[in-house]
Amino acid sequence: MSDADPVEIFRQEAQELLETIEQGLLDLAHRPGDRDLVDAVFRGLHTLKGSGAMFGFDALAAFTHHCETAFDRVRKGEVPASAELVSAVLNAQDHMRALAEGREASESAGQALLEALQRAVDGAAPQAAAPAAPATPAGPAMTTWKVRFSLPADALANGTRPLPLLDELRELGDCAVATITDNVPALAALNPTECHLGWEVILTTSHPRDAIEDVFIFVIDDMTLEIEALETGAPPEVEAEAEAGAEIVQASAPVLVAETRGEPSTEAKAGRGGDTVRVPAERLDELMDRVGELVIAQSRLTQVAAAATDTSLRDVAEEIERLAAELRDTMMVVRMVPIAQLFGRFRRLIHDLARDTGKTIELSTEGETTELDKTVIERLADPLVHLIRNAADHGLETPADRLAAGKPATGHVTLAARQAGAEVIITITDDGRGVDRARVRAKAEDNGLIAAGAVLSDNELLQLIFAPGFSTADAITSLSGRGVGMDVVKRTIEGLRGSIEMTSEPGKGSQIALRIPLTLAIIDGLMVRVGDGRYVIPLAAVEECVELTPQQDIRSTGRSLITLRDQLVPFIRLRDLFRTGQAPDPHQKVVVVSTGHERVGLVVDQILGDHQTVIKSLSPFHADVEVFSGATILGDGGVALILDVSHLVSAGQRQDAQLRAVG
Amino acid sequence: MTDTAQTETGALQVLTFDLQGETFALPALAVREVLDVLPETAVPGAAPFVDAVINFRGRVIPLTDLRLAFGLERGPVTIDSRIVVIEHTLNGDPTLIGLRADKVHEVTTIERADTEDAPRVGLRWRADFIRCLAKRGADLIVVPDLDQIFATRGGATGAVIPFTPS
Repeated sequence: MSDADPVEIFRQEAQELLETIEQGLLDLAHRPGDRDLVDAVFRGLHTLKGSGAMFGFDALAAFTHHCETAFDRVRKGEVPASAELVSAVLNAQDHMRALAEGREASESAGQALLEALQRAVDGAAPQAAAPAAPATPAGPAMTTWKVRFSLPADALANGTRPLPLLDELRELGDCAVATITDNVPALAALNPTECHLGWEVILTTSHPRDAIEDVFIFVIDDMTLEIEALETGAPPEVEAEAEAGAEIVQASAPVLVAETRGEPSTEAKAGRGGDTVRVPAERLDELMDRVGELVIAQSRLTQVAAAATDTSLRDVAEEIERLAAELRDTMMVVRMVPIAQLFGRFRRLIHDLARDTGKTIELSTEGETTELDKTVIERLADPLVHLIRNAADHGLETPADRLAAGKPATGHVTLAARQAGAEVIITITDDGRGVDRARVRAKAEDNGLIAAGAVLSDNELLQLIFAPGFSTADAITSLSGRGVGMDVVKRTIEGLRGSIEMTSEPGKGSQIALRIPLTLAIIDGLMVRVGDGRYVIPLAAVEECVELTPQQDIRSTGRSLITLRDQLVPFIRLRDLFRTGQAPDPHQKVVVVSTGHERVGLVVDQILGDHQTVIKSLSPFHADVEVFSGATILGDGGVALILDVSHLVSAGQRQDAQLRAVG
Repeated sequence: MTDTAQTETGALQVLTFDLQGETFALPALAVREVLDVLPETAVPGAAPFVDAVINFRGRVIPLTDLRLAFGLERGPVTIDSRIVVIEHTLNGDPTLIGLRADKVHEVTTIERADTEDAPRVGLRWRADFIRCLAKRGADLIVVPDLDQIFATRGGATGAVIPFTPS
């Protein structure tokens, strides 16, 4: 819990490193030749090993060391990044995760993984170009390099230690180290915590220039480094290597003086956290609560000020109102994280699914920069896993079936996110066989979910998939088919005040759309009065407000429909629903709300205006009252209930359907 | 409701209050605050036992009425009416809950020896709603079993308004 616990910090860091490594590996599977990716993976492994050892995760460090060694060979071009190798490292990476989390991980399992890795490396090696074999003494000639480097003054304070750097250089070959003391100030001016020394190393090695640069890979952003070839045995190779390394250092051949200062390579920067601050999520939540209370207190102040005649009080109240709104908006942004974080996890899932099902599956993602509240993102992870599994397992056909159906052998799953108003819409689309309606119906009848021969709309039929205890897979696979997934998905999404829509075209594929509110904490609401009670309608769902004319009122008593620009819209009299037991106001209003394509009118007595709504959840006592999704505290200290629009809309649609059926 | 409210000597620290002339008691440790009557917000469609919410220091908490669980009349609000706010574990989460009381007396100690289980017969209330009965002089104090009462919504039977077209 404590943010001062270094082990916990390491675990978090390891988590991120492993994620980076995993992403890199998965990308490598598609672009085996990409050097940047190889470097990124290597850097990740290297850092993991280093910081693992520093925090006493010795088993992790030792294990990672082997993977790093294997990957080093890929990096040097001795071994291609074959599919087997990537797979082996991916498996090894799971083991590392277990070690990092301190879970029990058996030694033998680790050993087996390493052996698999070894086999993958060996298997791949012979295909590698013969010339790349620097391990043998007959390889490229020895080159003598002059390496001069100095660290920034605050390097020691930042934890950089020069000695290991020198040790690493020594490992590359024969070294002669001299210290450059030119910059050391007079004793009186010397700050012992600052680093004023430089080093000049004459190194004779068979390793290429890259290897030397890699020694400094984690400090290169801030340091001065010059590498100069004194005598070279294989000049053409040096040229080539210099070019390959051009992204890291600005090399100026043939003297090969590289100086890297400022202009940090973004990747290295991101790897070390840059200038971001890690904050425990619960502190953010606390802050959010405070902001919520502030917003409530502020609206009280505004009310008091509006009633008073004191203009200076009114000025202050307005100022506070503006500040509170800004603070709220800032707070929202702080809690927002790009959905890429979530989508990234599923690439591995698809990789594993493809392996387990024997299908070829490609995952594409869109709109990864769409941002969502952090809590929402976390709670979306499980439902999305279910949905993607379902798409891959039930939706997509085997390559043979696909070819027979005239489709490309590779199945596609697309994960897309976009923002629409105060909602984010996440869609999972597959180009598989689509939902077999007849089977869904048969299954639902078997399971007693619907009566035999019940008349259902297509949408209702598809919604059955999300009913508890429903599963159409004839064979239960390890992936899905136990019928526990989809209803959990639905519950979770509804818990987020979201909704699920499904469309499916036989033979073409299916699409599931999740509509999720941007945040769980504060919304803009429209406050209305029904009888004596005040209620809040989420403003994002409101389409328009119209007056219910007395003629319409009378005419519609039998059929609750109003005509809105030539369209019939069903409406619900909230007064009846809430049983206020009073005579309605003479001028009732209709608030038309919608969830995407379905609309319903809500008849209220009065529209009170918009209201910054801090959402408070209702206790379990009121969980069964589906009409309300929460409550909020008003400026005068009273409580208003928040209407659950999606529930009301579906209720309105049901009512409409019943009326139509009756005639 | 709980053994934490009991001292080693077997005494129970309780807050006593009146509901329609009957005296009830709740473990003092569970009680958060005793409030004067606040404006309530009715929750249409909720069980009568818990038909409203109140604003308790910036939180929206449910307001329950034990009188309904014990088949008592819901009397008018008087100058003595109070709301007792308790913390109770609902579905595993500690939840703040308000209880309507006609009058709140005091925090007192009930000796274990003075209590007895609710008799199975001869009681006009549901026996499972009563944790124990305590004698104090001529008075009888009812210690309600809140777990049981809350779990059954005060014994309400589906008071949720079904959605019917008007």
